[in-house]
Amino acid sequence: MDQLFNRKYVVQGLFIVIAIILLGKLFYIQIVSDKAFVSAESNVLRKIYKYPARGAILDRNMKVIVQNEPVYDLMVIPNEVKPFDTLALADALGLSFEDIGKKLRKSKIQSNYQSTFFERQISVESYARLQEIMYRFPGFRTQDRTIRHYPDSIGGQIFGWVKEVSQDDIDNSDGYYRPGDFIGKSGLERSYENYLRGERGVINTLYDARNVAQGSYAQGKYDVNAVSGDRLISSLDIRIQKLGEELMQNKVGAIVAIEPSTGEILAFVSSPTFNPNKFVGKNWGNSYMDLIRNPYRPQIVRPIQGYYPPGSSFKPVDALVALQNGAINPTTTFFCPGYYVAGNHKVKCEHVDGTINLQRGIARSCNTYFCHVFQNIMTQNGIKNQRNTYSKWHEQISKFGFGQKLDIDMPYEKKGKFYTADYYNKLYGNRWGYTTVISQAIGQGEITSTPLQMANVMAAIANRGYYIKPHLIKGIGDNHTVKKEYTIKNSVGIDAEYFQPVIEGMRDAVNSPWGTATLSRIPNILMCGKTGTVQNPHGKNHSVFIGFAPMDNPKIAIAVIVENAGYGSTYAAPIASYMVEKYLTDSVKNGRMAEVEWMKNQNLLPDLITKIKKPKVFKVDSLNLKKTDSLKKLKDSAKVKSANAVKLDKTKVLSQENKNSTKVQGNKR
Amino acid sequence: MIHQQGNRFFFNVDWITVLIYILLCTIGVINIFASIYNPDKVIGIDFTTNYGKQLIYVITGLVLGLSILLFDGRLFNVFSPFIYGATLILLVVVLVIGRKVAGNQAWIPLGSFRLQPSEFAKFGTALLLARYVSTFNPKFRDFKSIFFAGLIVAAPLLLIMLQPDTGSALVFLAFMFPLYREGLSGYFLLIFLGMIVLFVADFLVPTYILVIIISTLGGLFIFANKRKQKVVFSTILVTLIAVGYLFLVKVAYTKVLEPHQRTRIELMLGLRTDNKGAGYNVIQSQIAIGSGQGLGRGFLQGTQTKYGYVPEQSTDFIFSTIGEEWGFAGCAVVIGLYIFLLLRLINLAERQRSTFSRVYGYCVACILFFHIFINIGMTIGIIPVIGIPLPLISYGGSSLWSFTILIFIFLKLDSNRMGFI
Ligand SMILES: [Zn+2]
Repeated sequence: MDQLFNRKYVVQGLFIVIAIILLGKLFYIQIVSDKAFVSAESNVLRKIYKYPARGAILDRNMKVIVQNEPVYDLMVIPNEVKPFDTLALADALGLSFEDIGKKLRKSKIQSNYQSTFFERQISVESYARLQEIMYRFPGFRTQDRTIRHYPDSIGGQIFGWVKEVSQDDIDNSDGYYRPGDFIGKSGLERSYENYLRGERGVINTLYDARNVAQGSYAQGKYDVNAVSGDRLISSLDIRIQKLGEELMQNKVGAIVAIEPSTGEILAFVSSPTFNPNKFVGKNWGNSYMDLIRNPYRPQIVRPIQGYYPPGSSFKPVDALVALQNGAINPTTTFFCPGYYVAGNHKVKCEHVDGTINLQRGIARSCNTYFCHVFQNIMTQNGIKNQRNTYSKWHEQISKFGFGQKLDIDMPYEKKGKFYTADYYNKLYGNRWGYTTVISQAIGQGEITSTPLQMANVMAAIANRGYYIKPHLIKGIGDNHTVKKEYTIKNSVGIDAEYFQPVIEGMRDAVNSPWGTATLSRIPNILMCGKTGTVQNPHGKNHSVFIGFAPMDNPKIAIAVIVENAGYGSTYAAPIASYMVEKYLTDSVKNGRMAEVEWMKNQNLLPDLITKIKKPKVFKVDSLNLKKTDSLKKLKDSAKVKSANAVKLDKTKVLSQENKNSTKVQGNKR
Repeated sequence: MIHQQGNRFFFNVDWITVLIYILLCTIGVINIFASIYNPDKVIGIDFTTNYGKQLIYVITGLVLGLSILLFDGRLFNVFSPFIYGATLILLVVVLVIGRKVAGNQAWIPLGSFRLQPSEFAKFGTALLLARYVSTFNPKFRDFKSIFFAGLIVAAPLLLIMLQPDTGSALVFLAFMFPLYREGLSGYFLLIFLGMIVLFVADFLVPTYILVIIISTLGGLFIFANKRKQKVVFSTILVTLIAVGYLFLVKVAYTKVLEPHQRTRIELMLGLRTDNKGAGYNVIQSQIAIGSGQGLGRGFLQGTQTKYGYVPEQSTDFIFSTIGEEWGFAGCAVVIGLYIFLLLRLINLAERQRSTFSRVYGYCVACILFFHIFINIGMTIGIIPVIGIPLPLISYGGSSLWSFTILIFIFLKLDSNRMGFI
């Protein structure tokens, strides 16, 4: 044969090369890259999401304190939109003609084929009007969801905010959240998000190229019904929570009440507070601006974020440790000339008490007595060992919860300040002793605590030796489960026998003529308590009362702090007494209601000028926004407002002009 | 002689090719069924649907093919000028009385059936080309033989261009390979390849840069061969022609090509993205094929193809149904079958004693090859959208029958290979 025969291989080789090229490209688009697969899904699949109702929150008596309210969103699938009567839609929604176009463009940018928000939370009136004319707007549909409602408008800081998820939330959720989902941003809503949120439902529908629904995807195999969130039972008692918020109005401070036997928080008041109903849905932004403009900083959750020196309320703890260590016994007396000399400085006592024993020392809140107690504790192992002794003492005091988080079921709890020996060693080397830190004997100086910690100390004393970590939720879901950590008894390391003299002293403080907390006396109820007047370097002293009642088999432990109110006995003690009486007997009796009303009307808000000049350094973790951001937003919102005002006028004119022509267009279709 | 042939009929027909032919037709029917499948409508064998019609085309095609086997093979040689002439006349007729479908005047209505002469022009041309080569035995070293062969191919090609059906016209370039086998210089193939490369490059790189590159290469080549006057002269000529071609392409592109053709080329070259307009077909087709992944979604489970995201589903884009429902595995099987068929056809052609049969065999293989490469390449986006069917699989009677005739004439010739035609 001629050599042209070999050309067969050229031709056949070309066939094979081309086949390999085709297979190579196929291999890439079918196996290597999943781009096509994803695009195919988005071509045919439309997911309609069903939003679950968030779990409700009840109080301890099963009264609803947080519930849901339906709201309606207008959704749009831009690709399905056909020319429609823009003006009619604008009318129904109360928007301007231009807004409709703007929103449609925004939706298109998000997704042409998937359902996106056109207008969030349209009013009930708009919803009703739309229902009748919806058929005129193909591509649009309404979607109902629920937002929070608080029937008693209480507990703003407790429950926290529910908002739409941010991009960060979505990124950190392993694909759980989608744009438009709600999430608990603070408070209990955040702590219990996983229980409250429920499960989102989804219906997968197949659509053909002309956007006609072709039935469910895979026979509904991947469809999910929405499951409502778990119901939470709070430990709060709505009656005293409400009373507490009212008593604290126009005052800055906090009230925490705990049931000692269970650690359940009965009242959790942070003042000033805010109406949580203003922070639902799309009102959040404006309300939040108002909130951060408030110089008294209602966004701080004072029961767990406010730092206050415990003051005289620290004395019972000090006494207990001294008794446990044998540094004193119940009959130990000291002499009070009206002051105590520590090294080169004096600690003043409010009174000249003379020779005074433990029980009376607590009732009279004698500073001298407790400086001696502290001196005895510190020098018990010799003056040279006092720094080691301080360490041991620190450890014992810490067992009451000072200087550490109590792990309440709320985010952003603070732990207070209570320094170790190491801290002072670093500060002073070994040139420090009990006289250096003597002010801690009376709960002043470097030690600070949160109102929650103070109330918890009272719970531990009321229980004669242990506490259960305070918490706000006592039952989750249908089975009323409670987290295990809230069932464990935490011993404070003091034998039960030592409590009697201390508790008697606290009883006397309230119920004896020589007590310092007599204004908290409650008819027919034996309350034990302790006032504190906390020196405030920035202004008037803070008024503090801590206590529990009744003396035997206590049902409630309480801490009340009223900032800049002066003596503890004047405001904090009576407020505590009303709260306790209301809780134990369901009412405030014997003509004391008038006092309650008087108290409610007291305005003890501190002077703003001093307040602004020397702001307290609270760390505000619950606010993720920085101040500069908020200022910027403030300006922006002002701009928007004025722009809207102008727009509104324009729209009116425009809509009148366009009305006739638009109607004609509408008929043509 | 005739009597003997009749006896050997069953022994000499290449039944393997027939088997592959039947396999491919079956794959076609199954996938046409899948692409129009609607779960809401009960489907029996319904001859009003595309797949029912295709079933009829396949059966009649098979009958047609088998009857071709009963002809005397020499008739095709003898009548080739008349068959060629008839197809040319049909191509003229279609321009006069043809019906316009999608902008192309390509169909002659015959009752309920529409005849597409361009399909039949392929084997007419193949027969005449085989006859020319076998009669004159040219080696294509001289201008005259190249000219006559070119004329045989160009006449139907130009008539089809007038319809205008660029896709079908493009297939006529396949005749270059049989001519190459018969002695046409390989340079023609290289020049053809060079033209395509320069054409593509002209869109991706500014023309002046290409001119600089070509001139530099030419210059270097001349410098290396400066003593050989003839080489220098021809290099200068080639360089000038190449540069001229570049400018011609630019002009022809804007002046001659239709806007939609320009768009398709730009889309293929990635110069333009268009998800909804002209690019829609290609993108949706690629999405459908890609979403099949390794093993496909399964028979009748395709969503892209079934829900109308891929247009011209059962005709030009049938391969996307195969890709979506049968995945890479299915695509590989189909391409494998085709390549097996093509290689076998070439081998069969080489075993022919008669030049006529060999040239015709090459023509069949290369026409099939062009269709397969262009069609599949189009559905996966490596070739611009050119509307030609996938042989034996795409829906359509004209196309199926014309491929049947092409193949079975060759099988008949092959069964005659021991005789002289
Ligand atoms: Zn004293």
